[in-house]
Amino acid sequence: MGNKVTMKIFDRGSLALSFALILFASACSKKPPVAPAPPPAPSQPAATAPAAPQRPQITFTIEPSSVERGQTAVMRWNVTNATGVSIDNGIGTVPATGTRNLNPTATMTYRLSATGPGGDASATATVTIVAPPPPPPPAPRAAPQATLESRLGDLKDALFDYDSNNIRDDARGVLTANAEALKKIFADFPNASILVEGHCDERGSAEYNLGLGDRRATAARDFLVQLGVPAAKLKTISYGKERPLCTESNEGCWQSNRRAHFSVGQ
Amino acid sequence: MTRKFSLLLLIALAGAGAVLLFGQADIIADIFGKTGKPALAVTDLRGSGSQEFMNAFNSTLFNDLQSSGLFDMRAKSLFPLNNPQRPEDIRSSDNNQGYALSDWAAAPVNASHLVFGYTAAVNGTLVLYGNVDDTRQTDPQAASLMAQRYVGSLDEAGAIKAAHEFANDIIQKFGGTGSLLGSRIYFISDRGMGQYKSEIWAMDWDGKNQTRLTTLNAQATFPSVSPDGSRLAFTLLDTGKQPHIVMIDTQTRRQLPFYNQEASVNMTASFSPDGNQIYYASTAAGGDAQIYAAGIDGKGFRRVSVRRGIEVEPKVNPKNPNQLLMSAGPGQEQIYMMNADGVGVDRLTNGEGEAAGPAWHPDGQHIAFSWTRGYAAGDWNIFVMDVGSRQFVQLTHSEGKNENPVWAPDGRHLVFASTRSGKSQIYTMLADGTDVKQLTFQGTNKTPVWGIR
Repeated sequence: MGNKVTMKIFDRGSLALSFALILFASACSKKPPVAPAPPPAPSQPAATAPAAPQRPQITFTIEPSSVERGQTAVMRWNVTNATGVSIDNGIGTVPATGTRNLNPTATMTYRLSATGPGGDASATATVTIVAPPPPPPPAPRAAPQATLESRLGDLKDALFDYDSNNIRDDARGVLTANAEALKKIFADFPNASILVEGHCDERGSAEYNLGLGDRRATAARDFLVQLGVPAAKLKTISYGKERPLCTESNEGCWQSNRRAHFSVGQ
Repeated sequence: MTRKFSLLLLIALAGAGAVLLFGQADIIADIFGKTGKPALAVTDLRGSGSQEFMNAFNSTLFNDLQSSGLFDMRAKSLFPLNNPQRPEDIRSSDNNQGYALSDWAAAPVNASHLVFGYTAAVNGTLVLYGNVDDTRQTDPQAASLMAQRYVGSLDEAGAIKAAHEFANDIIQKFGGTGSLLGSRIYFISDRGMGQYKSEIWAMDWDGKNQTRLTTLNAQATFPSVSPDGSRLAFTLLDTGKQPHIVMIDTQTRRQLPFYNQEASVNMTASFSPDGNQIYYASTAAGGDAQIYAAGIDGKGFRRVSVRRGIEVEPKVNPKNPNQLLMSAGPGQEQIYMMNADGVGVDRLTNGEGEAAGPAWHPDGQHIAFSWTRGYAAGDWNIFVMDVGSRQFVQLTHSEGKNENPVWAPDGRHLVFASTRSGKSQIYTMLADGTDVKQLTFQGTNKTPVWGIR
């Protein structure tokens, strides 16, 4: 803008001069600007008064300020105007300037105290212990992590005689195997709870069978608990004859319905 | 014990016997004692301005009287051509034209009583003038047993209502100990539901107006109705939940508070005769289910029996609150009786087969129950027993499985569940095993009970 004004002011004959001026101005703008002069220093009363002893000046750091347990941090200090310097937490008297390696086991705050002719001073420095990052998740198990429901396939029904809750020999074998399977299931699913269902065949009365199913479930549960299965993880329920596995009217079907069955609890 | 003797005993005690025991002074003892059942000639009534509803009226009146079991219903084909419609129509003799009571007492009708009358449309309502006369009386004044007026709406429903009321009064007059009119049957049904589901239903005593009362979406079973018909207690089975007792109001259908003890099973609740106590079976003490009593809300419970064997289905004697029936082990399920304090346990059935589902007759002397005696396990039949003598009579004979008999308020009918037509359905019959009627047809229907409303 300024250049155009200049060109209007000057006639054609002075164009060369104008150009030279522009070049000159461009050359000047490349130099660093001159810093303004600092303000005058305030008048120092100490300069005129007799010099008084100064308080100790302290520089006190721990680097890095956060470490994981087992790592080393370096404490540095530099104290002037002091006649005695000490650091707490068992370090004691130290020279005015120094370093020290720290292997902190817990977050620790150190206090450096200095005494001198000008008075006392202190400073603190803290080293913080931070938790290490969590470990990676454990490697997947070699065995496939089946669902709890699918693991119930490991548990076989314990069968009963008609109108009986006695644990027969064949049911002993079944329940003994079930006890081992249950222990493994509870190891893999610590929060799981298993329902021991008592069932009956269709012949007795529905009312009586609700009581009989309860006895069968309880008998199976008690047998498992004797074998070390935690009782708190087994809940019993009677379905009487209301939920038959098989609905034909023959002994094969009735036998399969007279059972203690295992399902997932709530 | 012969069947004939049992039936005689049953009829005597259920009918006239009840009258004798409770001192109702009436003509009944005479009728039953000397001539057996009254022989009723029930004429077809006609209507004045209401004739179009009279077919429904006449069939209702006849069916109600017949199904009461109290009467020898005389065949209409034997009747004279005419019959009186009003008491003033009766003549002392008219040569068998039908206007004399003697025409009905004589052969071939041989009726002891004549039921007659008519209906008329009066100011837009139906009015029934109903009469019962003793045909063996010559004095028309002395012959009249009943002359009653009934009112209904001027339509078929009004005619049926009047017929029910007239029939009910006749039944009462002849010693019926209770009325079926207004009574309801409660039962469980799975109709329209998925596997392992059943709800509580209600219907009129004749199977009409079938209505679902609960929406629990679980398996409701073993209902029991309070003596006044206002409450139902039943057992609820639900996946993963231990069987427990639920109480509802039969009118509002709302659930009422009931405290279930901490137990793996609380079940088979029933009401005391005063309706203030609940008896039920619980495993609260561990081991076998045993009988407990509690307040109507389940609180204040106490153990009744302490014995070995599974105990279910406690039923208090309607005439003696200190006497309990139950079905129980040890061994094969049998019917037992005991005192309300749990002592004096006495087995009523003789140990044969399995016996379940005991139900008191309103007289407190007889019970109905299901028993497999004489059949394979699971082949249940209905029996009635006189508790005093332990004599029994078998009412069904292996027409499917027949279970859960419960007496009607009239003491003459039983409702029960039977598989005779395939799936379990609800049936009624007279207490001598006759007049069997199927009331339900849809889905599977079980465990009926009969309430006064």
